Amino acid sequence: MDLSSINPILLLASLMVAATPILLAAIGELVVERAGVLNLGVEGMMITGAVCGFVVAVNSGSPWLGFVGAAVGGALLSVVFGVLTQFLLSNQVATGLALTLFGLGLSALLGQGYIGIKAPSFPDWDIPLLGDIPIVGPIVFQHDPMVYVGLIIVAGVWAFLKYSRAGLILRAVGENHEAAHALGYHVVRVRMLAIMFGGACAGLGGAYLSLVRVPQWTEGMTAGAGWIALAIVVFASWRPWRLLLGAYLFGGVTVLQLNLQAAGAAIAVEYLSMAPYLATIAVLVIMRAGRAPGSLGQSFHASR
Amino acid sequence: MIRLEKRPQPSRPWVFATPVLAVLLTMLFGGLLFAALGQNPFETIRTIFFDPLFSEFAWFYRPQLLIKGAPLVLIAMGLSFGFRAGIWNIGAEGQYIVGAICGAAVGLAFYPMESFIIFPLMVVAGALGGFAWAMIPGFLRVRFGTNEILVSLMLVYVAEQLLASMALGALRNPDGMGFPGSRNLAQYDSASSWISQSAGMHWGVVAALIAVIVAYIALSRHIFGFNVKLSGQSPRAARFAGVNPARLVLVCMGISGVLAGLAGLFEIAGPAGQVSIDFNVGYGFTAIIVAFLGRLHPVGILLAGGLMALTYIGGEIAQSNLGLPLAAIQLLQGMLLFFLLAVDVLTNFRVQFGRKEVAS
Repeated sequence: MDLSSINPILLLASLMVAATPILLAAIGELVVERAGVLNLGVEGMMITGAVCGFVVAVNSGSPWLGFVGAAVGGALLSVVFGVLTQFLLSNQVATGLALTLFGLGLSALLGQGYIGIKAPSFPDWDIPLLGDIPIVGPIVFQHDPMVYVGLIIVAGVWAFLKYSRAGLILRAVGENHEAAHALGYHVVRVRMLAIMFGGACAGLGGAYLSLVRVPQWTEGMTAGAGWIALAIVVFASWRPWRLLLGAYLFGGVTVLQLNLQAAGAAIAVEYLSMAPYLATIAVLVIMRAGRAPGSLGQSFHASR
Repeated sequence: MIRLEKRPQPSRPWVFATPVLAVLLTMLFGGLLFAALGQNPFETIRTIFFDPLFSEFAWFYRPQLLIKGAPLVLIAMGLSFGFRAGIWNIGAEGQYIVGAICGAAVGLAFYPMESFIIFPLMVVAGALGGFAWAMIPGFLRVRFGTNEILVSLMLVYVAEQLLASMALGALRNPDGMGFPGSRNLAQYDSASSWISQSAGMHWGVVAALIAVIVAYIALSRHIFGFNVKLSGQSPRAARFAGVNPARLVLVCMGISGVLAGLAGLFEIAGPAGQVSIDFNVGYGFTAIIVAFLGRLHPVGILLAGGLMALTYIGGEIAQSNLGLPLAAIQLLQGMLLFFLLAVDVLTNFRVQFGRKEVAS
């Protein structure tokens, strides 16, 4: 094994890229869970976003339109989850699983004619001044625009939950839906909006995989990223900035194992590929999760 | 205006009617989907749901029903206990893979010796493999309070990598000229799970039927079944009744792990034959649909497993005869679960039309 072939600057730079899909999906799920809904269908929405984004981007030639298409696709799929859990009061765990199974099938069907095609890429862009700083520049400021969109969404969600009135209502609905309902807030409406936001974010995360990171469409390409996103929400104790930390940690593990594979480590490729999943389990065990939103996973039916 | 009113108790007729309704809705919307894909919807639905049983080539497809149905029923049976008690083992696919690897490894270790003891040893190894893999999320939940959904699912991906490593490394056929995959167990008499290959009978089918009977008795006549149901409906009441929640988690995870591991072993020693990178085709996930479609009831699961096996076979026929993509069947199965969850509202709620009366 040749460790000197691993360039620490490149490693740290690719860390942000590797973390972005998980970060996008996780920040959406964080909002959904803060509203008291447990949507286990992140994987399904991600892969649907991945294929929708890819199809739109290939046909329109614009990666930006691709991301818009991915967000719409993810949100539409999440509406199915929303209608089932909020209006038809189905079990959220079972419905989320169904959403994942359905999304995997749907994406395989939609993506049939798109295997082996290369996605249009973002035009090269340089952030003036910041990108030229030695060491820090290449690590932080020389990425594609979606990396920064992800960071802006995290900051936006943090500010929304902490400072806005709507964020307070959303948290109230998540903590105690009976009380929120008694105060006159529309529990179901708030939750539907949160679910759709979560779907859109998961779609963006998926599209980041198919349009930037890989950039190709293959069946089942998310390979558990949606589930890792769910784990990161727990790891982050439902707080946006800790979510960022968690996503970068996982990005780091992923990138490190890929680099070790490339450097020809003595460990077999299969065992290195297990690393992100094992790290997820380890983190779930070590981290004592903070308190979950009070009404998480419970159906709400206004009986009176 | 449509309004939902909670029923004091789940409606008995709807408990039975909703799965049927869900299947009919799936056929209807599946037909629309196939029409959108440019197929004849009636022909496609007939191919998927009826041809495997009633067409002129049905003699060829009927044994397949047993082969595809047995692992689904076996895994779903194990999952149903946990699902009833609110313990969500959704990593059955991983336990299935590890059970298959362990069982196959024992069988391959004895090759080419012939003895009646080899197959029973493989069965034990398969069960233990599945059990051990399921105990990881079970133990972590009991000891550290981690979420068993996420851990069991992560372990599916770990198991898939382990399978790849085994198929390419430790268990690779030494006479296979470097190709990935192990020796074919189905052609090794002492290790084969076939009873009659032409009839589709292998020991997995027998095990599935035994599991259904044992589960039926356990759920309706034994204190364990009562504890499981009670824990699902009211965890607090269950604790007062003396149910140890930690032990229940371990037992439920253990049962589902053992059955999934067995399903994997019977599959690898029969229909699949060899340890290869992609011998698993997602039975562990489809079994979740089977468990729900069967209302978590043993007899229901048996019927639901048969129906799901039917869609698998019908899907293959539709793929070869009509050129329907296999993904469409996966979509159809997901759709079925959606409709089932959607119409379930009728079991627990009464739908009322008209404006709400003012409460007196």
